[in-house]
Amino acid sequence: MATSQQGGGSAARSKTAAKSAPKAPLKAPQKAQRKTRAGGGAKGRSAVTRAAERKEHPVERLAERAKAEDRALLIKLYEDMLLIRRFEEKAGQMYGMGLIGGFCHLYIGQEAVVVGMQSALADASDAVVTSYRDHGHMLATGMEAKGVMAELTGRRGGYSKGKGGSMHMFSRERKFFGGHGIVGAQVPIGTGVAFAMKYLEEPGLCVTYLGDGAVNQGQVYESFNMAALWKIPVIYVIENNKYGMGTATARAAANSQELYHRGQAYGIPGLQVDGMDVLAVRHAGQEVIEQVRAGKGPYIMEMQTYRYRGHSMSDPAKYRSKEEVQRMRSEHDPIDRLRQMLLQEGHADEAALKEIDKRVKEIVTDAAEFAQNSPEPDPSELWTDVYTAAE
Amino acid sequence: MPRLSYLEAGKLALAEEMRRDPLVWAVGEDLGRGGVFGQYRGLAEEFGPARISDAPISESCIMGAAVGAAMMGTRPVVEMRFSDFALCAVDELVNQAAKARYMFGGQSHVPLVVREPIGIWRSSAAQHSQSLEAWYAHIPGLVVVVPSTPADNRALLKAAIRCDDPVVYMEHKNLWALEGEVPEAAEPGELGKARVVRAGGDVTIVSWSAAVHTCAAAAESLAGAGIEAEVLDLRTLWPWDREAVLASVERSGRLLVVQEAVSVAGFGAEIAASVAEALHGALKAPVRRLGAPRIPISYAPPLEDKVRVTEAMVVEAVRSMTAAAA
Repeated sequence: MATSQQGGGSAARSKTAAKSAPKAPLKAPQKAQRKTRAGGGAKGRSAVTRAAERKEHPVERLAERAKAEDRALLIKLYEDMLLIRRFEEKAGQMYGMGLIGGFCHLYIGQEAVVVGMQSALADASDAVVTSYRDHGHMLATGMEAKGVMAELTGRRGGYSKGKGGSMHMFSRERKFFGGHGIVGAQVPIGTGVAFAMKYLEEPGLCVTYLGDGAVNQGQVYESFNMAALWKIPVIYVIENNKYGMGTATARAAANSQELYHRGQAYGIPGLQVDGMDVLAVRHAGQEVIEQVRAGKGPYIMEMQTYRYRGHSMSDPAKYRSKEEVQRMRSEHDPIDRLRQMLLQEGHADEAALKEIDKRVKEIVTDAAEFAQNSPEPDPSELWTDVYTAAE
Repeated sequence: MPRLSYLEAGKLALAEEMRRDPLVWAVGEDLGRGGVFGQYRGLAEEFGPARISDAPISESCIMGAAVGAAMMGTRPVVEMRFSDFALCAVDELVNQAAKARYMFGGQSHVPLVVREPIGIWRSSAAQHSQSLEAWYAHIPGLVVVVPSTPADNRALLKAAIRCDDPVVYMEHKNLWALEGEVPEAAEPGELGKARVVRAGGDVTIVSWSAAVHTCAAAAESLAGAGIEAEVLDLRTLWPWDREAVLASVERSGRLLVVQEAVSVAGFGAEIAASVAEALHGALKAPVRRLGAPRIPISYAPPLEDKVRVTEAMVVEAVRSMTAAAA
């Protein structure tokens, strides 16, 4: 526990929490991850690169990791990722039809990150906060597809009653602390959510997602310092999808190959993970969560991932080649990889996967229908929720 | 009725609220040693470092973390030391705190208080002297409080802490030592209610924060010359007591707004416009405003003094307004 006087909370909390922490990490993820403590000068290369060098097939790696998991979990991971993929495809389609407006940032390609992390949390007291690319996070925390899609169409049945849109939803029940539209703004907020857990002597931690663009914002480092100083139970998950809007990470971030080192000066350990491999994410997540639950303070995880679509629906993504995107889709797709592995290892057959496809399609179709049929907000809503005192 | 300083009254309010509600805690730079002006002195000893939390010099993170902690149900009191420093945390206050409730459709609320000392004080120069209350009054979702007396500093800080919306609480640095009677009753005040500092029927002077005392002194000298000025202390700029101002101006037919802040686009402009819109026919003289010129605040006392609104300026303005109608 913190020897620092500041910050509140109690040692008792972390001891209790440690009991419910997941089992010790497995061997497999350690092969594909790079980890560093402060001062550790290890040369980092991404798990993706290293795997390619070894010519190890990603599906084989998944199969290796899957040995530690039961079939039901593997199927669930597949289904959760597929739900996000299909939901986002539908949202993109509805945007094209003019049913969704404004800014709409799709998560396609990155599904393994949030699904893997969420599967590792498995504790109702844990919170999640993220930026504007938030649909996947909401679905992964168990928020309903209908409510999310209806918010995208700006309807009464949306999570924010049509007042927030794609970037701004919140669920007290699912401990989802938003959808925030200012790059990096969610980082101090997530730090504060986790601080309050300590203050209230509640169990739990806050997974704070940020992008490779946000790592260059100032308040991120203020947060790193405060979280490390006060041993705040927060996990910073950097989703490095290789582009901050239209600028390649390498052109925007110094030492862009090692964003997981960004907490080194504060003594925050970091881990780089193949974010296209849902089990690598899950296992790394379990390891990190155990550390954070034990009261050791914050942790940084850099997920090497990729977004297939533009930054938002209005971005044609001309800053990268079609071949690059195609290569990622065909060689690294997290859902295809898992699908192949499930079939190859006999965890599921084509018929079972078809059944899942069907189930997911139904959820998405229902959500789209609900989102189009839910009434538009009443004009009186304009003046509600501005001040509590006025109501 | 006990006499307390403005500073002690604020400290008492925070201590009372912290004793009442364990969810109330304070965070900011130098709080452990009592705050930069001593307005937290002794509180760390009573409440411990977890509740009087010494933060690193990281205003954006302090404010952002307080927003997250408020969303979790705690009630942070954020100390920014100077309203000038709080500008480092405007994104967190304006984009996050002020909007969370609305943009999340009422699912979230942010019950935090940001204490931002304002005002010209002892040659503090351009980056430690500003009065930026109008910035926040412009933002939907924020409550803005500008107390001028010890009694109000206690009552309104308590009200701010109990408010479920984010409150920008601006104490004037020049008032810390001001002493005044503070009622024994520990009840919170009401946000949005002006105080009649002095009744009078010839002119209505609307002011807030430290400028109220300049206006009160001016009103006394005017009374000696047979001009009865009504002085209203707005106490909160959002919500502001529009009804009280309109009712007073309806009686007096004259409005003078006095603020320490830069006059251009200051909150006085909102009051002047509101009165002009509502009471055009009832006005016996054009609406007047007094405030600082639109220049940065200087260090050297003779220059610093040039931007202050003085008692003589208020007297002169009222004289010209009443003469014009005669």
